[in-house]
Amino acid sequence: MNRKIVAFKLNGEEYGLDIQYVQSIEQLLPITRVPNAPIYVKGVINLRGNVIPVLDLSSKLTLNQATYTKFTRLIITKVEEIEVGLIVDQISDVIDIAEEAIESESSSAIHSEFFEGIAISDGRIIILLNVEELLKTEEVI
Amino acid sequence: MEYNDFLELFIEESKEHLQSINDELLKLEAEPENLSIVNEIFRSAHTLKGMSASMGFEDLASLTHEMENVLDLVRNAKLTITNEIMDVIFQCVDLIEKMIDSIEQGGDGKADVTEVVRQLTMIHNPSSFQAIGGQALPEVAATAVAEELVLDTFEQSMIEEAKKLGNKVFQIKISIDPKCVMKSIRAYMVFQAAGELGEIIHSNPSAEDIEAEKFDDSFTILLLSDHEEAEIQSQFNQISELTDVLILERTKQASPVSNNTSETVVKQTETTSKAEAAPTPASVKKKHKSKSIRVDIEKLDQLMNLFSELIIDRGRLELISRKAENRELIDSVEHMTRITTDLQGIILNMRMVQVDQVFNRFPRMIRDLAKDLKKKIQLVVEGEETELDRTVIDEIGDPLVHLLRNALDHGLESTEERLATGKPEEGKITLKAYHSGNSVFIEVADDGKGINRDKVLNKALERGVVTQKEADSLTDQQVFALLFSSGFSTADKISDISGRGVGLDVVKTKIESLSGEISIDSVPGHGSTFRIQLPLTLSIINAMLIKAGEETYAIPFSSILEITEVSGEQVTTLYGQKVFQFRDQVVSLVEVNDIFKVPTVETDIELEQQLVVIARKGDKLKGLVVDSVIGQQEVVLKSLGNYLTNLFAISGATILGTGEVALIMDTNQLFN
Repeated sequence: MNRKIVAFKLNGEEYGLDIQYVQSIEQLLPITRVPNAPIYVKGVINLRGNVIPVLDLSSKLTLNQATYTKFTRLIITKVEEIEVGLIVDQISDVIDIAEEAIESESSSAIHSEFFEGIAISDGRIIILLNVEELLKTEEVI
Repeated sequence: MEYNDFLELFIEESKEHLQSINDELLKLEAEPENLSIVNEIFRSAHTLKGMSASMGFEDLASLTHEMENVLDLVRNAKLTITNEIMDVIFQCVDLIEKMIDSIEQGGDGKADVTEVVRQLTMIHNPSSFQAIGGQALPEVAATAVAEELVLDTFEQSMIEEAKKLGNKVFQIKISIDPKCVMKSIRAYMVFQAAGELGEIIHSNPSAEDIEAEKFDDSFTILLLSDHEEAEIQSQFNQISELTDVLILERTKQASPVSNNTSETVVKQTETTSKAEAAPTPASVKKKHKSKSIRVDIEKLDQLMNLFSELIIDRGRLELISRKAENRELIDSVEHMTRITTDLQGIILNMRMVQVDQVFNRFPRMIRDLAKDLKKKIQLVVEGEETELDRTVIDEIGDPLVHLLRNALDHGLESTEERLATGKPEEGKITLKAYHSGNSVFIEVADDGKGINRDKVLNKALERGVVTQKEADSLTDQQVFALLFSSGFSTADKISDISGRGVGLDVVKTKIESLSGEISIDSVPGHGSTFRIQLPLTLSIINAMLIKAGEETYAIPFSSILEITEVSGEQVTTLYGQKVFQFRDQVVSLVEVNDIFKVPTVETDIELEQQLVVIARKGDKLKGLVVDSVIGQQEVVLKSLGNYLTNLFAISGATILGTGEVALIMDTNQLFN
């Protein structure tokens, strides 16, 4: 069984999201700041008439704050009823990865609730994100 | 059209007919002599019967048919309305409602109708009940009736005419012994015998088919005759090999005209010839029907979404046309603006529904409740034509049911108590809806004993809802509002009506989820009023756009009292809190920039005047300091989705003409 993964760059590293959670990929749209929201919530955007929250993925993963360039993209993801845009540095690829090529998160060196595992494809190392964990809502202040 | 489309139509229409039957029945109860009401009910019942038969819901058809029979006797003055009859008919309507509900839920609409059918048959045909005897009848009636005969208009008019002449219409189902060798011969004998008694106007299967033996073991005929049922029965009994003869009188004649048989027969032959020309009385008085179509609410939502995008694009075009300074472009964009504004009005209007959709089920409910509680009650309904957003309409029913039950059970005294205090015996409950500003108000008022302030307070103290110290300073309104706190019930004993473990707190939660508010007024000895305030619509609100720094926020109009300017010297501090005087009231000031942590914009000039939006919640006021006011605009409410929930002082978002998202402030939260 192969899985389709949307691969993207973030802070110099390569990450991947299972394509079944990806609705679309958008250019960076004007963002309205949402006061008192968690720090990694950049705000909300108008996506063809729908208001959708946007997360700064680097900030969410506590990486370095991203700088936005012309390659910066929004990955619109949807898990159950929650629709969220994720800001990433650059989309690199959509790749097929064999299930066997995925190392589970527990057996790998890195450890975080947001990581599902590591995929190795043609010498590339791709960190698979656990979207469901990522989009879990928490009590906002 | 698919079967399912028909089904949907059928359900919708059945509900309409049911509602109208319910309404009319209530009217009839008030004026039992008014036969035009009975006619109205009869017509609805008749349509309902026809519809359910053609959709194949036999139980429903047979039940409505029985009900129709009783109604027919009433409208022909053969039967006078009594309480018992009303009760049976109401029961019957309830049963029909259940069946239709079952169909709507995807069920088969089957229900045990025997008991009600038996009662109905008892009413319209007590003799047959006695003749055939106890247990057998319900089944008999149901099966016989289930076989609805389809009559053409000619046959219908023949029946109409015959009835006027004093003939009765019998539907006779004849079963022939399956072992019988020449069934067609038996059938012929039956036709022969029936012909002597009167005129056969219809048979099922047709006479040709019966002759050709193309029928199972039974067939049904419709006989016009002036003979008694017993006579017919005995005639048929003489024919052998008939296992069963079921005689059912379809309807009874208006008045006995005939003096002797021969005269009637002569007249009958005369009339059959001109029967075709005879108008059907039922069609004369046609009810006014509004021309409308049903639209799925989801489609309206889609339309609304698309429309809001159109509005956004319009905003963009306006910006471009202003920049381009092209006269032609400007003109056409202006034209488009006018059209879209009109269009917006229409689309919003389409979502509006009259509250009578909800209100109309209450008279019936009140009637039943009043009976249970043995109280005499008059329900006054006002403002049924007031319109509310469809989504609100769907949700408002339950809270209202609760309030009405409450008024009936707790609000109104018993008849004896009322008489003792010199009040009219009949209690009055008023259900009223009206517009005011951007809100719709719905009131449930009773003229009962009012709320006992001390009792409520004591209970609240007992439960620890308030402290003694707080209790002393509470206004009446605040005390009454305690009734809405959770788990609070002032009923001394739990009754079947309102003590179902749900308190008024559920009502309050529901109303608040609709962005509404509820309050209570009460005068001891004179009654209580529960007042619900609801926004006109949940999807579009009138808002004031303001700026804080570079950011735009929308404040709902309904929570703004006014916008004013406050100069530096007017502002003083109180315990470190900035306040100013506004019409003899000390109002505390909050800076939107602070509560929303708006990034500061460098300005070199310290402003002389501060722009303050006075927000209100009930009687309480709060001044919001803003940087500038852009203006008033109708905005389309959008939710922030399930990811961002419970944000402080933000209730949602909207998309502005520029495509930019602006957040909508919930100023109510600033008061906590």
